[in-house]
Amino acid sequence: MIPSAFAYERVQTVEQAVRALQANPGAKLLAGGHSLIPLMKMRLATPTRLVDISGIRELRGVWKKDDRLVIGALTTHREIATDRVVRTHLPALAEAASRVGDLQVRNRGTIGGNLAHADPSSDLPAVALAFDAVFDVLGPEGMQTVPIDGYFLGPLVTALPENSVITAVSLKLPPSGTRSTYVKYPHPASGYAVVGVAAAARVEPDGVIDFVRVAVTGAGDVPYRAQAVEDALLGQHVSDDLIREAAAHAADDGSISGDLFASEAYRRHLCSVYVERALRKVLSRG
Amino acid sequence: MEATRMTVTVRVNGREYTRAVEPRLLLVHFLRDELGLTGTHIGCDTSQCGACTVLLNGEAVKSCTVLAVQADGAEVTTIEGLGDLSHLHPVQEGFWEKHGLQCGFCTPGVIMTAAGMLAQNPNPTEEEIREGLEGVICRCTGYQNIVRAVQYAAEKMKGAGAETEVAAAGADASAGGDA
Ligand SMILES: Cc1cc2nc3c(=O)[nH]c(=O)nc-3n(C[C@H](O)[C@H](O)[C@H](O)COP(=O)(O)OP(=O)(O)OC[C@H]3O[C@@H](n4cnc5c(N)ncnc54)[C@H](O)[C@@H]3O)c2cc1C
Ligand code: FES
Ligand code: FES
Repeated sequence: MIPSAFAYERVQTVEQAVRALQANPGAKLLAGGHSLIPLMKMRLATPTRLVDISGIRELRGVWKKDDRLVIGALTTHREIATDRVVRTHLPALAEAASRVGDLQVRNRGTIGGNLAHADPSSDLPAVALAFDAVFDVLGPEGMQTVPIDGYFLGPLVTALPENSVITAVSLKLPPSGTRSTYVKYPHPASGYAVVGVAAAARVEPDGVIDFVRVAVTGAGDVPYRAQAVEDALLGQHVSDDLIREAAAHAADDGSISGDLFASEAYRRHLCSVYVERALRKVLSRG
Repeated sequence: MEATRMTVTVRVNGREYTRAVEPRLLLVHFLRDELGLTGTHIGCDTSQCGACTVLLNGEAVKSCTVLAVQADGAEVTTIEGLGDLSHLHPVQEGFWEKHGLQCGFCTPGVIMTAAGMLAQNPNPTEEEIREGLEGVICRCTGYQNIVRAVQYAAEKMKGAGAETEVAAAGADASAGGDA
């Protein structure tokens, strides 16, 4: 399969990338290419120009800034999965990145491309939602920040302003003592998430849950925060029954739909099963 | 639209090649059709099977999902450059010793994936090997002997005595990276 013809340019700075997008209405950014090139090969995307940002050095890397973990947009899934800072401070993100596709895909795909593409079955959106991600974005109007809340508008549709480049994604570090995880039911053929759950929680010494985050990807038209699950847990004493009852609300906040592989009812059921598994991992003692 | 050609220079198996290509030319076609290196196979063309895997700057990538222009200035290793009959790469030797193939169609991609995996993780557990091979599809072997072949290569590359019989099945699963 061969994409339709296009022009190609490499840019060295984010400013050049923005200018190239503005000057060429049919242009698209190219990062790792692992969402865009497959679409172009099937001619589901036919950009007239690719603006390759993969050589922009400053868009790579992970660093801590105040209470946030900042991840350069071009940082690959593999780099995130193996990064010591990520593994220490946000294990859920490292786990999610390590579950993306396969070894070859993780060598190429980037966090910026993953979240810009906004495939509803992608893994990273669940983690981004659970930890209040904020995008640093450069556009024609200059630098701005875009919060994750309200970012995912529909399958492959986001609130990212036109002709703009995500330079970094920052995630809010949870309070110390929080445990976090990402669990996933991969589609047996594609490997994408049929359901993926990011969860984080902290339990006080007296057994009361004083911090909890749960977000779900894969099951719905857009990934979502499972607010109803969080509400059922926050301020409560951990118990087996509590976890089960809370997990029963896993699909409440999503707009869940069925497809050829999994019916709506089955997906709702999977949401509860995987939210429960994630909660058991972060709430079990020892 | 007009397809303007661009000049790319890629170092493949240690040799530099300069060609004028259309931006839409895939790396796998560049290797096979422009350079005649047909050891890199095309199995699915939809980024699933891994038969097209090569090393790009040392990392295993699916060359059907990379544009030749993206590889401009880069270093590519294909199966032809990994080793030769008198000096097999440890992974190639492992496939030979452990009978890691049947029809051989997937083999170049599997070997390149394994070589890339061992470069990133020289000491993989059996589970890590199986996970690392997720991006390759073999319709013949059932993977058991492929896993043994990679274990053989890992041992060999450690410089230790290579001939340890390692059971490919039944080792306990220890999930890494738990919260
Ligand atoms: C076989 C296969 C299996 C996969 N399995 C999974 C999986 O299980 N889970 C999963 O989550 N993903 C999976 N993916 C997708 C993978 O994670 C992609 O790498 C990722 O979604 C896109 O990142 P990229 O860097 O490749 O982006 P590209 O393909 O280069 O770009 C994707 C889109 O984002 C835009 N874009 C890229 N970078 C930026 C930026 N910095 N700012 C603004 N816009 C930008 C591009 O213009 C394009 O529209 C899979 C992909 C393949 C090929
Ligand atoms: S031909 Fe590239 S992954 Fe199958
Ligand atoms: S040996 Fe035949 S497909 Fe793998």
